[in-house]
Amino acid sequence: MEAQTLTYIFVGLSFALYIGIAIASRAKSTNDFYVAGKGVNPVANGMATAADWMSAASFLSMAGLIAFLGRDGSVYLMGWTGGYVLLALLLAPYLRKYGKYTVPDFIGERYYSNVARVVSVICLIFISFTYIAGQMRGVGIVFSRFLEVEIEMGVIIGMGIVFIYAVLGGMKGITYTQVAQYCVMIFAYLVPAIFLSIMLTGNPIPQLGFGDKLLNSDIYLIDKLDKTIIDLGFSPYTEYSKSLIDIFCITAALMFGTAGLPHVIVRFFTVPNMQAARRSAGYALVFIAILYTTAPAVASFARLNFIDSVQNTSYEDAPDWFKNWENIGLISWMDKNQDGKMQYSSGSPFVESRPVFADDRGSLGQRLLENEANTSSSNEVYLDRDIIVLANPEIANLPIWVIALVAAGGLAAALSTAAGLLLVISSSISHDLMKQTFMPQITEKKELLYARLAAGITILLAGLLGIFPPAFVAQVVAFAFGLAASTLFPVLFMGIFSKKTTKEAAIGGMLTGLVFTFSYIVFFKFISPELNNSDHWLLGISPEGIGVIGLILNFLVMLLITKSTKSPPESVINLVETIRRP
Amino acid sequence: MTFWQKNLILLSCLLFFWFLCSFGFGILFSEYISFIKIGGFELGFWFSQQGSIYVFIILIFTYSYLVERLERKEKK
Repeated sequence: MEAQTLTYIFVGLSFALYIGIAIASRAKSTNDFYVAGKGVNPVANGMATAADWMSAASFLSMAGLIAFLGRDGSVYLMGWTGGYVLLALLLAPYLRKYGKYTVPDFIGERYYSNVARVVSVICLIFISFTYIAGQMRGVGIVFSRFLEVEIEMGVIIGMGIVFIYAVLGGMKGITYTQVAQYCVMIFAYLVPAIFLSIMLTGNPIPQLGFGDKLLNSDIYLIDKLDKTIIDLGFSPYTEYSKSLIDIFCITAALMFGTAGLPHVIVRFFTVPNMQAARRSAGYALVFIAILYTTAPAVASFARLNFIDSVQNTSYEDAPDWFKNWENIGLISWMDKNQDGKMQYSSGSPFVESRPVFADDRGSLGQRLLENEANTSSSNEVYLDRDIIVLANPEIANLPIWVIALVAAGGLAAALSTAAGLLLVISSSISHDLMKQTFMPQITEKKELLYARLAAGITILLAGLLGIFPPAFVAQVVAFAFGLAASTLFPVLFMGIFSKKTTKEAAIGGMLTGLVFTFSYIVFFKFISPELNNSDHWLLGISPEGIGVIGLILNFLVMLLITKSTKSPPESVINLVETIRRP
Repeated sequence: MTFWQKNLILLSCLLFFWFLCSFGFGILFSEYISFIKIGGFELGFWFSQQGSIYVFIILIFTYSYLVERLERKEKK
C-alpha cells in the first residue's frame, strides 16, 4: 500500500476516535464545560495535560531545534519541564482548593476587584491567541506535507475537528480526547527514536543510547558528534555558545512562564481535590518527560546521521530521503566548487535565508537554485530544521506505516493544544467577562450557550490566523512565555503566599510586567531588529529571557504598592486562609 | 510550628534542589563538574539535557508524599 493511502487511513481513524470520545463525553452543565465536572482521575488528567502542553512545536520542531542549537537547546528542555515543579509546589493545589472555574476568577476574587479580573483576562487572551495561531498553522503544514492538500484546506479540516469536540464536549470532551491524543503522539515519537538508537548505538533506549558508544566502535556518540561538527567549523555541541546570563534568564522565563500559562493551570481544576492536583502535576511531568528526554537523544542521532550521510557524498549517491525532501523544498544543494559532491559546514550556503528554486534541474538531477552563493562559507547544503522529526522514519529506513503514524502524531499534538487554548479563551469570555463582570444576571443555561458561541468564534479567528499567518507568528512565541511569567505568575503566587497584597498592588504589578516585557520584545523584534544583539540588550538579556526582569519588576511594584495602600478586607484574608488549609 | 510554616520550610528545601539541579548543575557550575563523566555524558551536560528533568519528577512526588503526611497530621 502507498504511504499516502496509509496516512489517510491512520489520520482518518484517529479523527474518528477523537469525535467518538467527544460524543460519549458531552458537556451537560457549565461545570462540565469549564472543568469537566471536577471528577477527572489524576493519571488521566496528567496525560491530558501532557497532550495539552506538547504542541506542534514540541512534537515537530523541538528535536530539530536542539540538533542545531546543541547545548543551547537545553533552555527549552529545562525551561519547559521545570515550570511543572513551580506549578505543583506553589500554584496548582491552592488554585484547585479555591475551586472556581478560571484563572481570572481567582485573581478577581482574591484581589476583590473586577479591574484586576479584566486585566488578567486581557493578559490571558493575548498569551493564548499567540499560541493558538501557531497550532492551526502546524495542522495546516502536516496536512499539506503528508496528505498533499493545500495548507488552507488542512487548516479548515483541523478547525472542523476541533470545533466538533471542543464546542460539543467542552473541557470534558477535550480531556478524554487529549488522553487519546497523548497515546497517538508518544507512540509516533518513540518508534522512530528507538529504531534510530538501535541503528547507531545498538541500545534500544534512546535516553541511554545518547550516552552510549557507537555500534562496533569504542567512541562515544557524543564525542564523535562533538569532533565531527567542530571539524566542520561549528561550535562544540556540548558547550553553551550564548552567554550564561542569557541562558539563565531564558530558562527562568520559560519556567515561570510555563507555571503561569492559563491553559495549563486550568487542567488542574478538573481533578477532585488539591492532593490530586499535586499528584496529577507529577504524572503530567512523567508523561511530558518521556518525550522531552527522548528529544535531545533524537537531536544528536539526527545531526550525526545527517552529516554522515551527506558530507562529501556525491549527489548521485545521496540517500532517497535527501532527494524526497529536496523535492518538497526543505533541503537544497548548491554545488559551489563544481565537484559533484555535497560539502556541509557552518555558515549559510547562500546569501538569502531560504532557498529559491529555479524550474530546471542540474546535470546530476539536483534542483537548481536562483540564490546568490555565499562566498564566505564553503557550505553547500541548506536544511530546514523542522524536517528532523518528519524525516527520521525515512532516515532510519522504517516501514511506511511509521511515516503515517508520525503524521497522525503531529496532528494529535497540534489539535490537542489548540483545543486546550480554545477552552481557556472561551471560558474567560463567557465566564469572566460576561457572567462575572458585565451580565451577572444570565442563567447557567445561557452562560453555557455563550461559552459554546465564544468557542466557535475563537476557532474561526484562530483558523483565519492559520490561513493568513501574520509574518510575526514565529517571532511572538517569546511573548507568550515572557508575558505569562511577568504578569500572571507573580500575581497568582502573591495571591496565595501573601495575605497582605492589595488590589492596587496586583493591578500595578500586572500592568508593569505587561508594559515592560511587551515593549522590550516589540522594540527588539519589530521596531529595531537590527539592534537585536547582545551589545544592545539590557544586561545582555535577549527578548526571549526578558520576562524574568518583568517578573522581578512586577514583584517589586507589588511590594511597594502594598506598603502604601489599605490592607485587603477580612473576607479576602479568610479566603487565603481557607485555600491554604488542607 | 503551624502546618503552614512547616509547609513553607518543606517548599524551600525542595525548591533549593530544583534550583541546584537545573540552574546550578545545568548552567552556572556546569563547567566545574564536567570532569565527572557518566557513560559518554559530561555531568553538567547530562543535567542540562536529561538529569534535571528526572530530578523535577522526583521533587514533585516527594513533595506530594511529604505534604500529604503533614496534612493528615493537621486534620487529626
